[in-house]
Amino acid sequence: MKNATPLIWRNSADRYNLLGSHCATCGTDYFPERVVCPKCRRKGKIEPKQMPPEGKIYSFTQVHAAPTGFEHETPYYIAIIELANGVKVLTQLVDSPDEKIKIGATARMCFRRVFEEGDEGIIAYGFKFKVV
Amino acid sequence: MVGIVGYGAYVPRMRVKVAEIARVWGKDGGRIGEGLGINEKAVASFDEDSCTFAVEASRTAVKCAGINPQEIGALFVGSESKPYAVKPTATMVAEALGATPNLTAADLEFACKAGTAGVQACMGMVSSGMIKYGLAVGSDTAQGRPNDALEYSAGGGGAALLIGKEKTIAEIDATYSFTTDTPDFWRRQHAEFPRHAGRFTAEPAYFKHVLSAAKGLFERTGTEPKDYDYAVFHQPNGKFPLRAAKTLGFEEKKIKQGLITPFIGNTYSAAAMIGLSSVLDVAKPGQKILVVSYGSGAGSDAFKLTVTNEIEKTGRRPCVPVLKAIEDKTYIDYSAYIKHRRKIKSL
Repeated sequence: MKNATPLIWRNSADRYNLLGSHCATCGTDYFPERVVCPKCRRKGKIEPKQMPPEGKIYSFTQVHAAPTGFEHETPYYIAIIELANGVKVLTQLVDSPDEKIKIGATARMCFRRVFEEGDEGIIAYGFKFKVV
Repeated sequence: MVGIVGYGAYVPRMRVKVAEIARVWGKDGGRIGEGLGINEKAVASFDEDSCTFAVEASRTAVKCAGINPQEIGALFVGSESKPYAVKPTATMVAEALGATPNLTAADLEFACKAGTAGVQACMGMVSSGMIKYGLAVGSDTAQGRPNDALEYSAGGGGAALLIGKEKTIAEIDATYSFTTDTPDFWRRQHAEFPRHAGRFTAEPAYFKHVLSAAKGLFERTGTEPKDYDYAVFHQPNGKFPLRAAKTLGFEEKKIKQGLITPFIGNTYSAAAMIGLSSVLDVAKPGQKILVVSYGSGAGSDAFKLTVTNEIEKTGRRPCVPVLKAIEDKTYIDYSAYIKHRRKIKSL
């Protein structure tokens, strides 16, 4: 990925800390963050909210044919984690032995490198999850 | 009095055995392991570096302290394996903690002792009233050149100490440093691996500075080894700290709890701080701890700590003690090790 610096920087708050949104009108949490609440539309009142760092595996798969930048990490797992507040997050699973990766298993957020712009570019850090 | 309000340590999950590294180079692994006092070392995975270690350790320290991260006024990350040559790790750690923007932050480098140099900087700023809390982190993904003696010992890990005046779990009664210009270990600009002066790293380097710092602290505080319940020394291998302890007159049982290198290798800037974390996991109120770090180049920072009653309160220690956390591990072979540490040229 070329010149991803603006993208990495704009996303750093939610990638570092699972910072999402909360609609004060209907009480719904969102991740990633939203500008407008799709339920309340103009009546919605969106404010930033940190998502809970723990959840359960809702679904998972193992990646063998990786996108550019992840080729050397194969095979690796990605999963949809259903957080404690019901919000679902797509993430890489790390440090988790195969036998522990099951639907319903508890997973916790950790801080990792996600991708980098070659040897000289910016490194994107962010959340991944590990089964506990 | 200024002291430690929270602490956290992080050690990556993967391990490579000294015997496995020796196998590749046709050496006697048993003899090397015995000589170093190291069985295996912790290895950072492909997506880990000294920044990710620093964030994990710092999050634990802040959680145990139970403070608002916005109250952190200074953050120093000590490392000799920074992900960027120019761009501070400290700002990324501060952002990940939610401590930005009202704080000062910087990366420190002093081989293996930049983390404790950060502790001293935070002590000064907290004592003077400049800041309420300061966070000092030591974190490294140490690299050894393939087939070099360092390859058997250079591990990875991070530790963070939150320094403040209120609700301290251990007070820092005194600190003393001993510093000289000693070229025992270095890495030049743009060089991938550090170089060292072989046996020269022992007597005129490690032992001279560690022992002088410890003795200097004893003199200034009117204490002696029998006054301490635990001692933690920088641990480039499993043997040096044992010999330093013996020379000073510490019984071996006083340093066992803080001697982690035999299980995870030398974690450089984090080594003494992970050792201290392990001691704080079990220390009782009133107990006294000696900590002496060492950084090549060279210098040692010595600290005298007294554990307070606060340490026994719920949530003030991390959920998982250091010695328990390092049991959660996966062994890898040398091929996986050089892949994860990006020692293969195309990576």
